[in-house]
Amino acid sequence: MANHYYNAEDLAKFGNIGEHGKKLADKFFDWYGTVFADGALTAKEKSLIALAVAHAVQCPYCIDAYSSDAYEKGYSQEQMMEAVHVAASIKGGAALVHGVQMMNKVKEIAM
Amino acid sequence: MKSLRAEHNRLSDSHEQIAQLETGIHENDPFRLVPFQQKLEKIGMYPLRPTGVNILQINMGKMCNQVCAHCHVDAGPDRKEIMTKDIMNYCIDVIKNNEDITTVDLTGGAPEMNPDFIWFVEKIKETNPRVHIIVRCNLTIIVANKKYYGLPEFYKKHGLEVVSSLPFYTKDRTDRQRGNGVFEDSIKALKMLNDVGYGVDGSGLVLNLVYNPAGAFLPPAQDALEKEFKQSLQKDFGISFNNLFAITNLPISRYLDYLIKSGNYERYMEKLVAAFNPAAAANVMCRNTVSVGWDGELYDCDFNQMLELKTDTSHQHISSFNKTELNTRNIVINQHCYGCTAGAGSSCGGAVT
Repeated sequence: MANHYYNAEDLAKFGNIGEHGKKLADKFFDWYGTVFADGALTAKEKSLIALAVAHAVQCPYCIDAYSSDAYEKGYSQEQMMEAVHVAASIKGGAALVHGVQMMNKVKEIAM
Repeated sequence: MKSLRAEHNRLSDSHEQIAQLETGIHENDPFRLVPFQQKLEKIGMYPLRPTGVNILQINMGKMCNQVCAHCHVDAGPDRKEIMTKDIMNYCIDVIKNNEDITTVDLTGGAPEMNPDFIWFVEKIKETNPRVHIIVRCNLTIIVANKKYYGLPEFYKKHGLEVVSSLPFYTKDRTDRQRGNGVFEDSIKALKMLNDVGYGVDGSGLVLNLVYNPAGAFLPPAQDALEKEFKQSLQKDFGISFNNLFAITNLPISRYLDYLIKSGNYERYMEKLVAAFNPAAAANVMCRNTVSVGWDGELYDCDFNQMLELKTDTSHQHISSFNKTELNTRNIVINQHCYGCTAGAGSSCGGAVT
């Protein structure tokens, strides 16, 4: 194993996970394909959601894949950056909203 | 931006391009792609054979008022290769004597910059009024000079189908590929075409747009993109058109140069190979098309023409056009052909599946 955890070339090997369990991999890729197809949301809209989520979960493979995909599907750099800000603000807000919990606890124990 | 020829770039030599595609960027480059021939062999399609010759695609010259970053022709104002009336007359003879040819596809460069463009179109129509003529118009030529302002009326008079490149419905991506100011001029020209009825419902005048990716990636789904183009162009500019053709950039000439310089060459080629689609291979345009160079030489397609890969026939010039031989030829292929078989496939008429 390499002395680092992430390797850009591994993204193209994603499909190989079936080597250690084809049945589950097939189910996953089939489901994944359906999820990203045009539906009530377009494939293009789903691509932008995926880009934002990729940043929220900080997955370098997903960021690589969906930066390309969203740009290929026609989003501008500004639109893509706004999507990243949406993800970042939800992450930031998610941390900050726990401040209420902190305040509640402090109120509970303070004289 | 200048043509590769004007820059004395090594890739202005077609042999250099082919060597690059076959053996990689550097000497002893370990990067190798599966030969396209092997892909065709695996699906039982090698040698690739024609289904007929229904489209005569005529390159009227390499001169163009634009110098686009992705141009496979390496066209530009400095290119002086222009088809003469003598060669056009040979084309007329072929159109007259071959009823199988139902479409004449005029390309370039900017075909309208050929001084005999008007004469040629009129002559084709006089020879065979039923033949369908496509003109690949870059749009900006219409507003480039007063002498071209009448082109929309001329196209209309002869019922030409107009196929025009517009890489995107926004200025940013369009100008990045085709040069500053191209988007605005293209919008002006599209309005002029709409004004005479092109792209307008019920007019019978067909205006199709061509999308090429402005970067190292493949086109998205053609149908979805067409919807977006239609909505945006209508909403922002009141422009309408018929169909959008999503075309893959082939790794030759200026686009090849861009891929190498931007460090995208290997990734792009791998993407094309990984996206090889047997259904697209069955429908590639070279199977029903013969491409004529500005000097009358015959090729399987406009890309082979730019790589100087002539038809694999004993007669290789329009003056000795031999339908029987062309119908039974083996189509010349090489690594650039992956561009036409990737994903939904690509042709001068867009996706092929």
